[in-house]
Amino acid sequence: MTTDTDTNSTGRPAVGSGATLPTGKRRTGRRGAGGAPGGAPDTGRPGITGRRLAAWAAGLAGVLLLVLLPLLNISLPGVLPGPSYTPGSLQLLAMCMLMAAAALTYHLLLGVAGLLSFGHALYFGAGVYGLAIILQNLDIPLLPAMGLTLLVVIVLAHVVGSISLRVSGIPFAMVTLAFAQAGSVIVGRNPDGKTGGDEGLTLRTDNLPDFLVGVVNTRNLYWLALAVLVAVFVIVTWVQSSRAGHAAAAVRENELRVRVLGLQPYLVKLLIFVLSAILVSVIGMVFLLLQSGAIPRAISSDLTITLLVMVVLGGVGSRWGAVIGGVFYTILDQRLTALANSEAVRSLPDILRVPLSEPLFILGTLFILVVLFLPGGLAGTAERLGRRRRGRAGNGGAETPREILEDAA
Amino acid sequence: MSTVILLLFTGLGLGALYFLVAAGLSLIYGLMGVLNFAHGAFLTLGAFTGWEIARRAGSDNWGIFLLSLIIGAAAGAAFAAFTEFVLIRRLYQRHIEQVLITLGLSLATVALFDGIWGTDPVYIQGPAWFKDTTDILGARIPNDRFVCIVAAVMVLLALVYFLKKTRYGMIIRAGVENRSMVTALGIDVRKAFTLVFTIGGAAAGLGGVLASHYFGYVSPMLGGSLLIFAFIVTVIGGLGSLTGAAIAAVAVAVLQQFANFYLGGTGDFVVVLALALVLLFRPSGLLGRTA
Repeated sequence: MTTDTDTNSTGRPAVGSGATLPTGKRRTGRRGAGGAPGGAPDTGRPGITGRRLAAWAAGLAGVLLLVLLPLLNISLPGVLPGPSYTPGSLQLLAMCMLMAAAALTYHLLLGVAGLLSFGHALYFGAGVYGLAIILQNLDIPLLPAMGLTLLVVIVLAHVVGSISLRVSGIPFAMVTLAFAQAGSVIVGRNPDGKTGGDEGLTLRTDNLPDFLVGVVNTRNLYWLALAVLVAVFVIVTWVQSSRAGHAAAAVRENELRVRVLGLQPYLVKLLIFVLSAILVSVIGMVFLLLQSGAIPRAISSDLTITLLVMVVLGGVGSRWGAVIGGVFYTILDQRLTALANSEAVRSLPDILRVPLSEPLFILGTLFILVVLFLPGGLAGTAERLGRRRRGRAGNGGAETPREILEDAA
Repeated sequence: MSTVILLLFTGLGLGALYFLVAAGLSLIYGLMGVLNFAHGAFLTLGAFTGWEIARRAGSDNWGIFLLSLIIGAAAGAAFAAFTEFVLIRRLYQRHIEQVLITLGLSLATVALFDGIWGTDPVYIQGPAWFKDTTDILGARIPNDRFVCIVAAVMVLLALVYFLKKTRYGMIIRAGVENRSMVTALGIDVRKAFTLVFTIGGAAAGLGGVLASHYFGYVSPMLGGSLLIFAFIVTVIGGLGSLTGAAIAAVAVAVLQQFANFYLGGTGDFVVVLALALVLLFRPSGLLGRTA
């Protein structure tokens, strides 16, 4: 957190001064490359502080608890549908972890490289549909099928990335959206009956290992999802603290300056773009196994927007924020759907019943409120509260996510 | 030959709808740098408002149809002005957060429309003349296409007149060109922001009513599906350029129709391909300023 202390809270540029010229962007490198406000800062090269060690220890303990969860009998009424060892609860928790992992890959795009992509679902969907179609049509075991899908995703991400990175900022958002939409349309059109159209595809289980099939084995899938989340977290942490991650963060802050230094912003951005596409496609493959089917929603732009909402809810620029946002959103979505179908809501008068029976209405409104009033998201707010309790001055933590967002423009 | 003409007019009708959405998007982006995801919601609200009027006051009537156009446009304009005034205004100069706000708004409103009008499409009927066809060079063109085209051309002319001849139009054009200079001259650009949002919302609301007649139904997803193509049109035409949006809207829609017919339903795919080509060879769009 040493990097945040010299953040001046009044550092907004005067109206219009830096609006058009990239060189006019404020700040002369006064924060480190990563700037993750929540949990684990990645720029603390000089010496590992006690807090950082404590954060990692807490993380490890949490993972250990999650590993043991299917063997325990823990009830969380209102959060989980049943005791923690039941398949329903494990399914929901596994979904939370996959969504948290997917949000982490989106964090890699937006929080690290400042790329506001609206086409991330394309690669998630490519993982889901690619693996489903390959398993359906080819008689090969799971791992080679996953490898083949990965190959397709790598090519796809390179093609789309190299075209859409020719523009940046908002145009980049629009272009990635268009590509993702093309993918979504193709899936909806159901060419040769391969994608199943609106119905989706059911997973063919002939070539799958037995321990991944069936409701009885939900806890294996749960452990798989947990492993994916931990792996993605470690990889994202590693990328953020690598040279490429630092270069990407520098590109986000001031592309021109990076170019003057002799680095190539385009290649750095493409690297991050492809890497996050690969990671999210693997998550998509596990999602397919967990859901035992491919659904059109997995490739729709709604999913990208969901990931964006998770990242913003959790706090832009923070890895823990992305994880918390993913879990929080998934559980809230599930609970609100249950609420919408409950008797209590059905008996309300129309003016209350209609908004309350639409989970997305509540989530959308919540999202607007967070953007307006809690710019740091959940993680940023928690950190600000913690800071206030320790009596430290300054609200620099809240400013950082805003700056990251502005860098993406 | 008659097929070509039919496709051409269907494409022009669709292009008219694209233009009505893209015009507002392009102006809003050009002036404020905001990518307005809620634009589809303005359109859907206009469409549902028009549908409610037709349902309550009788559909087979030109007067009612014109009324539904006006009220639909007014609903879109009011919603857009509200959005700008209450939500966007708090976050000036924070472009991405403005985008996020419009995104949240589109999520929330689509869900709300789902709750009010249901997820299934509701079918709409216009004056009986809409169902007839007009014979042009052997092609039988459904009449609702002409209504869309005429309306879009009128909106285009009105917008061009407004932008070129009126004081506020000039402020908007100057703002698109160089906002900081306009501010430095002591002009309050914020009024222009609200105005641009209102105009864009009105055009989208009008487009919504027309789209409901063009497609024959209204659904909460109507705005979202048109919005994606409007985004493509805006990028191809050049962000901030009204003429570019008009040209690109027609080009994209006609291309889409022809590809759908001759290349086995690949229209959407061809449009994305066209977008990729434009980006490769002219990243700023057809009539966009060179970045």
